[in-house]
Amino acid sequence: MSDELIKKTAAELADALAAGETTSVEVTRAHLDRILEVDGTAESGVHAFLHVDAEGALTQAAESDARRTAGRARHLLDGVPIAVKDVLATQGLPTTCGSKILEGWVPPYDATVVRRIKDAGLPILGKTNMDEFAMGSSTEHSAYGPTRNPWDQTRIPGGSGGGSAAAVAAFEAPLALGTDTGGSIRQPGAVTGTVGVKPTYGGVSRYGLVALANSLDQVGPVTRTVLDSALLHELIGGHDPLDSTSVDAPVDGFVAAARQGATGDLKGLKVGVIKELAGEGWQPGVMQRFAETVDLLTELGAEVTEVSCPTFVHAMATYYLILPAECSSNLAKFDAMRYGLRVVPDGDPSAEAVMKATRDAGFGDEVKRRIMIGTYALSSGYYDAYYGQAQKVRTLISRDFAAAFEGVDVLVSPTSPTTAFPLGEKLDDPLAMYLQDLATIPANLAGVPGISVPAGLADEDGLPVGFQVLAPALADDRLYRVGAAVEAALTDRWGGPILAKAPTLEGPR
Amino acid sequence: MSQLTRDEVAHLADLARIDLDDAELDHLAPQLNVILEAVASISGVAGDDVPPTSHPIPLTNVFREDVVVPGLTAEQALSGAPEAEEQRFRVPRILGDEQ
Repeated sequence: MSDELIKKTAAELADALAAGETTSVEVTRAHLDRILEVDGTAESGVHAFLHVDAEGALTQAAESDARRTAGRARHLLDGVPIAVKDVLATQGLPTTCGSKILEGWVPPYDATVVRRIKDAGLPILGKTNMDEFAMGSSTEHSAYGPTRNPWDQTRIPGGSGGGSAAAVAAFEAPLALGTDTGGSIRQPGAVTGTVGVKPTYGGVSRYGLVALANSLDQVGPVTRTVLDSALLHELIGGHDPLDSTSVDAPVDGFVAAARQGATGDLKGLKVGVIKELAGEGWQPGVMQRFAETVDLLTELGAEVTEVSCPTFVHAMATYYLILPAECSSNLAKFDAMRYGLRVVPDGDPSAEAVMKATRDAGFGDEVKRRIMIGTYALSSGYYDAYYGQAQKVRTLISRDFAAAFEGVDVLVSPTSPTTAFPLGEKLDDPLAMYLQDLATIPANLAGVPGISVPAGLADEDGLPVGFQVLAPALADDRLYRVGAAVEAALTDRWGGPILAKAPTLEGPR
Repeated sequence: MSQLTRDEVAHLADLARIDLDDAELDHLAPQLNVILEAVASISGVAGDDVPPTSHPIPLTNVFREDVVVPGLTAEQALSGAPEAEEQRFRVPRILGDEQ
């Protein structure tokens, strides 16, 4: 029974709750049991969670059941449990951002997206693991130990949101929230065989999201199906007066687009294949599944052409100047004075000495690297050559998107150049790690939305490959239409969802 | 663009208020140079006529009505403080080293 419950999609759980076939307490308990069974610890198991709130989740579930019995369910997803990336502030629940500098911090307020899922009645199972302050593509930069990929626990689950992606892939949660600054929702989705959406910049509130890079960060859904992402996106999206970059535009139509796409009709849709996102360094098995998926789009009635976005080859360099510049400024707030860790050196140290000792002890290597690169890029004498130039190239990247979208409705590429690589392989080679985000970064620089959906398993290693769809700003509905069409056709071809091919997880011993 | 020396990396760490020891400097300095070398490739990509983008979606400044709304209580605001005293953040001495 509980195995049946955890395998259901969020939409199926919502239907079962509405039909009275199950209760939120049953569903929530089934997922908490699964977490106990497979999540393990920093040393073994999936380790998708940094904090599990069994008691809180069951209380919220019981309240949801009482509402439903009284005919006062607040939302379709009322009672469907969810996991939350540990970079989002949750009142009363620890929020560490995967960093020692925030160990044990309990926020006195909720992020707007957390408020919205609480108001809708979704029990929060816990907080998911991530690269420290969302800096990384493998979740190995978490100060609390890595998350392991449910497909192969010796491999990375992607990052920074490896915890959220692994949680839904391992059936520990039907839904999760992630954040995507350069691919942190989409790349983990690709390497774990799950679905992840980065909404249009400003489409979902960033209030209460501990900022990595303000002009790039976006909160989005992490799920096993396209329809579930659409349901969650409609719930968390929409204008928020507490976020001055929040866009005041409607967020309905995603669920309808997903349902329409699932019928498999893409007639009249113009698709552009991004020429620059292929070639050397792209795993053959990834390119093969990608090419087949592009053929599939043609079979479904889409017109496919090749499109050139020449400036995309500079996207990684642009990103790794803009992001460090913004994060070096954002992370200045971790100064040991108002919250978080305080390390006091011997003697009668000054506030500055305490600050330096705390930041040395509290930040990991990747955070230190990026803060120092950002400090350098913003320093006088280098500002124009680095940060100023990166801001101009960012304009060119946006222009490439604008030109491409004059001729096509959506752009497509593989989500990530490779499948999941072994834990430890790129840990001390920052540049190799950065290359993981080649295909996902341009969307963040331009603020456009993107989705990753499973495209199958690579022949050489049997690991999941992600198919990325990008749309113009505020045309997120197109992601759901195309994503659902691909998902429906491939699921049909495979005879079931991709995760049915994943190995059975055994609990840690 | 030129390589960062170990002293320059130490200076950057100082500016960023991170107390790096010798071993960390030896470890991080070469990695920073590899990263800087890679990002330097954007030099000259955009001409002087290209305007910079600081924000992906064009927005003008946003104002709200000037009305009082509830905020955090002093107790909530101080709840994560390493040290607090009389409804204030208690901090180490801020004068003395250079002043």
